[in-house]
Amino acid sequence: MTTQDARLPEVPPELRNNVRIGPLDWLSPLYNWSRKRSLWPLFGGLACCAFEMIAAAAARFDQARFGMEIVRPSPRQADLMIVSGTVTKRMAPQIVRLYNQMPEPKYVIAMGACAISGGPFKEGYNVVSGVDKLIPVDVYVPGCPPRPEALYNAFLALHAKWDRERLSQLRWYRKDVADEGIPVPELGPDLVDWRVVAKLQATEE
Amino acid sequence: MGPQATTELLTILNERFPGAAEPSEYEGLVVAPARLLEVATFLRDEMGYRYLSLVSGVDYPQPTARFPARFEVVYHLFRESGGPLTLHVHADRDDPVVPSVVSIWPAANVHERETWDLMGIRFAGHPNLRRILLWEGFEGHPLRKDWHEVYYEADRKPFESRYPNGQPVMAEERAPLGDNLRYPPGWSPKEWQCLAEEAVYAPLEARPGGNGRRMPTDQVVVNLGPQHPSTHGVLRMVARLDGETIQQLEPVIGYLHRCHEKIGERNTWLANMPYTDRLDYVSSMSNNFGYAIAVEKLLGVEVPERAEYIRVIMAELTRIVRHLISIGSFTSDIGVYLTGMLYALEERELILDLFEMASGSRMMCNYFRFGGVARDLPEGWIPLAKELVYERLPRRIDEMERFTFNEVFRARSVGVGVLPADKAIAYGCTGPLLRASGVPYDVRRAEPYSLYGELDWDVAVAYNGDIHDRFVVRFEEMRQSLRIIRQALERMPEGPVLAGKVQPAVKVPAGEAYGRVEAPLGELGFYLVSDGSANPHRYRIRAPSFANLGVLGELCKGHLIADVVAILASIDITLGEVDR
Repeated sequence: MTTQDARLPEVPPELRNNVRIGPLDWLSPLYNWSRKRSLWPLFGGLACCAFEMIAAAAARFDQARFGMEIVRPSPRQADLMIVSGTVTKRMAPQIVRLYNQMPEPKYVIAMGACAISGGPFKEGYNVVSGVDKLIPVDVYVPGCPPRPEALYNAFLALHAKWDRERLSQLRWYRKDVADEGIPVPELGPDLVDWRVVAKLQATEE
Repeated sequence: MGPQATTELLTILNERFPGAAEPSEYEGLVVAPARLLEVATFLRDEMGYRYLSLVSGVDYPQPTARFPARFEVVYHLFRESGGPLTLHVHADRDDPVVPSVVSIWPAANVHERETWDLMGIRFAGHPNLRRILLWEGFEGHPLRKDWHEVYYEADRKPFESRYPNGQPVMAEERAPLGDNLRYPPGWSPKEWQCLAEEAVYAPLEARPGGNGRRMPTDQVVVNLGPQHPSTHGVLRMVARLDGETIQQLEPVIGYLHRCHEKIGERNTWLANMPYTDRLDYVSSMSNNFGYAIAVEKLLGVEVPERAEYIRVIMAELTRIVRHLISIGSFTSDIGVYLTGMLYALEERELILDLFEMASGSRMMCNYFRFGGVARDLPEGWIPLAKELVYERLPRRIDEMERFTFNEVFRARSVGVGVLPADKAIAYGCTGPLLRASGVPYDVRRAEPYSLYGELDWDVAVAYNGDIHDRFVVRFEEMRQSLRIIRQALERMPEGPVLAGKVQPAVKVPAGEAYGRVEAPLGELGFYLVSDGSANPHRYRIRAPSFANLGVLGELCKGHLIADVVAILASIDITLGEVDR
């Protein structure tokens, strides 16, 4: 057993052979490898793209090959949100609430033109110009709707992103970064996005 | 309804109600608002117009040839067969009020709410005149011509160059807040109160529970959706329960309101074709069909024969896909989880392959054009289609039927969610929902379009009106669709597939038209008003699942909460179409 870093808590002598306190980055490849093969997406279709998402899960394409057999509609256990379709202002509070309810680590795929930017419906008065106005997005999948193969490419892109992640840098293992969630927008004269409202008030004052 | 029939009806009406009606500018009659209820009752009870298909609002900010600036409420009425009777009622532009016809046709309920929501026309006597697609508290009525969105650029597309100085200009750069958001001047978030959620629960009347039994209980309000596995998208239902029994249930919609109509009135006529794909996104070809028929009525174009055959084949293949999906999702909703859906999606892939070969896209085909279809069938398409239609699909439909009509299915479906025929008609239900109640009403038979008058097929109908019969009808319809496709494949002639040239900006003569088709979910109608320019003046969609959803509350009353899921799945809705 090597000498322990003075900044870290002391390990009792009887546990010294079992417990290791210190940087865990050497475990990152194993950690990422196992995450890649046990992804748990949140089932929730918003619009047209949902059908291509379902097709991606079904017989011809079979997303079980990517280690994601289980797709369930509860956010509490999910770690991937596939925003499959147009995000409307009316749906925006629910999207944010679902995202806040997902435990870390969590990732978001914006599937299709609407989820990326509003797509063909961008100018609509009830359409959010892309889900990244509300929640952070990891992978964007273009298409209207994207083919199931394109969605798989997004999974692979997500896997590649994980390969670059180190345990020591992950936000959800750090004590100095608080996760307060995203303020849930409300429905007023228009969508009341509290971050925009705060900015607006700051400029007025 | 032709001009002659309109004149005859006008004579009858003027004898009975002097001064109540006059001819309209294009189609149908203009009825005085004060006499509307009398005239409507007469039309329903004595002239046989029992079926109200659509209520639309139209904004005329400028005076037209015969009438001043106004709001118009347009009613499309149908009998057992034949085209629509169109009634127009004029309303003042400053304070538009029109009597509600909900007491005569309950079908008007949802359409009038939508017209109030988006156009701001009040309906006197409506039982629940609240916003339906947008939320209570939203600023303005968007479909009015003088209401502009945040990203508003110009009234008509195509817009000026997107690259004015060689640099792209994003919509966000032009918006004051850098986003699709706008707050009224002087609006203060501190003093503001959110009305949207309260309004959702307002129609639920508070009642003591217990059903008069001795033990006092409370009734509870339960939300289903919008994030829920069985709502087929983003539908939300609020239910008032006594124990597990539904006392009252209200669908809350608008979670996928994508402003189809506002965007459609700015697009060129042809640019709306891909948007129709995204209405009922499982059956894009049928949506194309409805829109093409409506515009062709205005244009007066003849469709070449080969194109008609291709259209019918595509529409019927779409019907098979849609019914397979609805059966698959029903079985998964009642607890088979994914098995039924996998059966359905397997066949869907094969049909989508055919769509992709012909149109270039799996789901959003955008295949129809005014006066034909976009391109001819590619080589090798017909043998593939024949193999599917003659060999594979009949067997797979039989297999699916054996799988579906099992003991669990019967236990969950027989006698549940019964919809009597008269109620189905009154609520404006169409499609398999109506035909399962013993009304053999099919637009393909009632007002034959394209080739449906010449081909040999039967209207599928069942008589009990419960969930079970709705699926009996769907299976029978798939078999009839196969029959239609077989005939069409055998008889299809060679020839052109498009009348004239493809014109990106087609000019449509001034007028109004209502084109409708029997989409897989019911009657899909497009009510179009043209002022003779390159864009529609009014682009209104009659979505079958929107109208069918109006009866959901009635059907669920008195059933257990677990049956709500089954009843909803048997009505079969697509949210893209409900919310538009």
